[in-house]
This record gives sequence, C-alpha cells and structure tokens, in this order.
Amino acid sequence: MFAIELARGLYTTWREMFNKPVTIQYPDQRRPVYRRFKGRHSLHRYDNGLEKCIGCSLCAAACPADAIFVESAENTDAARFSPGERYASTYEINMLRCIYCGYCEDACPTEAIVLGDNYELSFTDRHDAIYTKEMLLEALPEGGSSTPQEVKPGVYTRSVPEMKDPVD
Amino acid sequence: MEYGLILEWIIKAVLMLLILLIGFAYTTYLERKVLARMQVRYGPNRAGPKGLLQPVADGVKLIFKEELIPAKADKLLFILAPVITVLPALTILAVVPFGGTVNLFGREITLSIAGDLNVGILYLTAVTSITVYGMVLAGWASNNKYAMMGGIRATAQVISYELALGLAFIGPILLASSMSVNEIVNAQGRMGWFFIYQPIGFIIFLIATLAEINRVPFDMPEAEQELVAGYHTEYSGMKFALFMMTEYIKMIVVAVLAATFFLGGYLGPFVDQIPWLGPVYLFIKVFILVFGIIWVRATWPRFRYDRLMAFGWKILLPLAVLNVLLTGAFIILFPGVIR
Repeated sequence: MFAIELARGLYTTWREMFNKPVTIQYPDQRRPVYRRFKGRHSLHRYDNGLEKCIGCSLCAAACPADAIFVESAENTDAARFSPGERYASTYEINMLRCIYCGYCEDACPTEAIVLGDNYELSFTDRHDAIYTKEMLLEALPEGGSSTPQEVKPGVYTRSVPEMKDPVD
Repeated sequence: MEYGLILEWIIKAVLMLLILLIGFAYTTYLERKVLARMQVRYGPNRAGPKGLLQPVADGVKLIFKEELIPAKADKLLFILAPVITVLPALTILAVVPFGGTVNLFGREITLSIAGDLNVGILYLTAVTSITVYGMVLAGWASNNKYAMMGGIRATAQVISYELALGLAFIGPILLASSMSVNEIVNAQGRMGWFFIYQPIGFIIFLIATLAEINRVPFDMPEAEQELVAGYHTEYSGMKFALFMMTEYIKMIVVAVLAATFFLGGYLGPFVDQIPWLGPVYLFIKVFILVFGIIWVRATWPRFRYDRLMAFGWKILLPLAVLNVLLTGAFIILFPGVIR
C-alpha cells in the first residue's frame, strides 16, 4: 500500500532515537528562571542594616488575594528599625493565599518587599505556610548592624529614599 | 518410570516459565525505554540503576492494588478470564526447538520442552485460539456494556486474522513437507531460511501476528481514547497484570515463532559444533523482532476498526490464499529446490 511512506515513518523514529533527550532531570538539574521571575518574597534592607519596610501596608491593600497582614508601630531613636516614623512590627504573608502576581512589589513605596527567584516552597502543614517577618526578612548586608539600632536623633527623618530606576 | 526423564521435563518446563516471566518483565522495561528514546526523552531511570528495577516496582505496585470485582459481575468467570488468557500464551513454546542436542550430566538432552511433536503446527494454532475465550469472557463477566463491546471487537479482530495466520503457516509446511516444527528448522538448515522463499508469506505472518497480539497498528481493543480500556476496563491489581502479561508474552512468543518459521530458528554459523550457540542465535533474532514490534508501536497510527476488519478479510486473506497457491505451484514446477 503505502510501503514507502511506512518506511519513511520508521526511518524518522529510528533517526530520532539517536538525538539527545530533551528532558531536564528535575532534582539534579534545574532550569534557570527568567528575568523578573516572581518567586518567594523577601523584605529588603538598606546597606546600613535598617529595614526598608515602613509599615505603610500599601502591599496589603494592593494584594488581590488578601495574603499580607501588616501591623505597624512607631520608631524611636533608641530602638530604630527603619528610617522614618513607622516600621512593620508584624508582617506575615500567607504563602498559600499568595498568587505571586507581584502587585505588592509594584505598590511598595520603598522597594522593601521584592519577589525573588526561589520557587521550591513546600510545606506539610497549612500552618507552616504563614511566613513571618523573621522568615521574610533578608539577611544583614556587609557593614550593617542588626535592627533595632540605636541612632543619633535627627539623622533619619525621611521615610521614602531617593528612588533610582529598578533593576531586575 | 525413568526418573531422569521426568526430572528433565520438569526442569525444562520450569526454566521456560521463568525465562518467559523474566522476559515479560524486561520486555515492558525495554518497550518503555525504546519508546521513550524514539520520542526524544528518557525512559524510566529512577528505580534502580538506569531504571532496571522498574518492572519490579511495577509488580509490587500491582500486587498492592485493591482487587475490585464489580457488583453484578459473574465472579467465577471474572476471576477465570485472565487465567484463560495467559495460560495458553505460556504453553505455546513447548513445541519450539531452542537448539540441537547437548550432552549434560551424561544425558543427551534436546533443547526443546516437549520434544519433537509431529503435528507441532496444529498444536500451535490450536493453543493460540484458546486465548480468544479469555478476552470475550473478560468482556462479558465485567457486567459493563463498554467492556463487552471491547471484548467482542477484540475477539472479532483476533479470529479474523487467525485465518490469514493459519494460511501463512502453510507456506513453511509445504516447503518442509512436515508439520513438525523441528523438521521445519532442519529443512531451513538444508535449504536456506524460508523468508527468501516466502517473502509474501513472511510479511503476511508478521501482519497477522501483530493483529493477533492486539498491538499497534491493530490495538483498537486497547485504544484508551475510544473504549476506556476495552475488555480489561474493570480489572485492577494482579488480574490486570495477567492481561498485560498475556500481551507481552505473546509478543515474545510470536517473535520466536516468526524466527523459527522464517528466519531459521536456532540455526546460525557454528551451531553444529557448539550446540549452546543455538539459543543465543534465537535470542538475537527474537530481540530484533521484538524491537521491531516496539518500533512499529512508536511510529504508526492505529487502524480504525472497520478498516481493520476490511483489511483482514478483503486484502490479507486473499493474499494468503494466493501465497499458498504460488508456493504449491513453485514446489511442483521446481521439484529440485525442496530438499
């Protein structure tokens, strides 16, 4: 019948057998994420160690899934967490509610909350899905001291810094 | 009663069963790996080194599965159907010679389980037909319209292609002037392998056996998209494993038969001096044929059911009859060729 076509089909599969498989073997190899990938959140700090988050809860207002919970408190010069008047005393994100849309990152006036590259977030209990501020806060940068810091009065009065264009 | 003979039979039978069962397990592994490589992906490579323990993992999983018998199903037939399907597949190879005679422990042992049966081909066609009962009983006993339909379609397909298969067997019988499988292999030793004398017969044999074992392109009974799973829809756990076992064991058996009737069986260079080379050659031929069956599965789409039946009755059967006529004419016109 179509013996030639049948043979051509067989030749195609034979030839494909010698190509390298395109599978990425997951736990051993990982695909690199794209630029501006929206993964796990982290609260960033300035270079001197102060937290960028000022507890304004614009992120909680912007969140379409109502995943963020923010309680703010007043900064004092004796125990200062962030430049400006307020800081976030309680900051929790429910990772199961979060849809990783990045609206909180867009809404934040100080670029405190940023979505990073980590996507391997699994938990065995629903309660473990609520990430607290300690879990979200970024590690201390070089040369910074941990919050709360004791500072001289009158140095940090501006909440929102001079903004530069965002990088990835 | 000669105890040596009885022991020899028992050991040969057990050995053949073991080889078939291990062959079945690793044919599933081979199929998954070959299909995967042809589809540019890895096959199973997690269970054991390079995935070699995958059949073991599958077997353990199937043993642990819940065995469900549908409520109004005919219990005895439901349990018996997979058994009826698998037992003939295991016993077909009793008449096939795997090698010449070897000298072991001071005895002359022929490498063939039932020895030389002088109506070997009759035995083969009879036993392969018993499987059909299992399929239709499985469909009936499931108490499920779709399984019944699948069973009937599978049965109709198998018996249609069995006719062409029987006629394809007649070619080697005529050429070897005997129905004994041993005699056919010996005749190939004298005359040269039969696929040279019977090219159409070989092709008809391959197509008919693909249809017998319900493999692509004739696997309509198992086509998941059309019929859920055909006659084994309601089966789970070990009974389902028995149906899968039937399919893969028949694949191996049919490859052995094709090698024996058309490709010289256990014959090859130096097989007279070293009788143990016989099974090795047969294994190589069977491996190539099984690889061919898997290759076909990776490549061709399946026949629609009405086309499948039309092909079997309107094209293959007349071709097979024509093949028999031509072989007969060839034998009469060139009497010196048959030795």
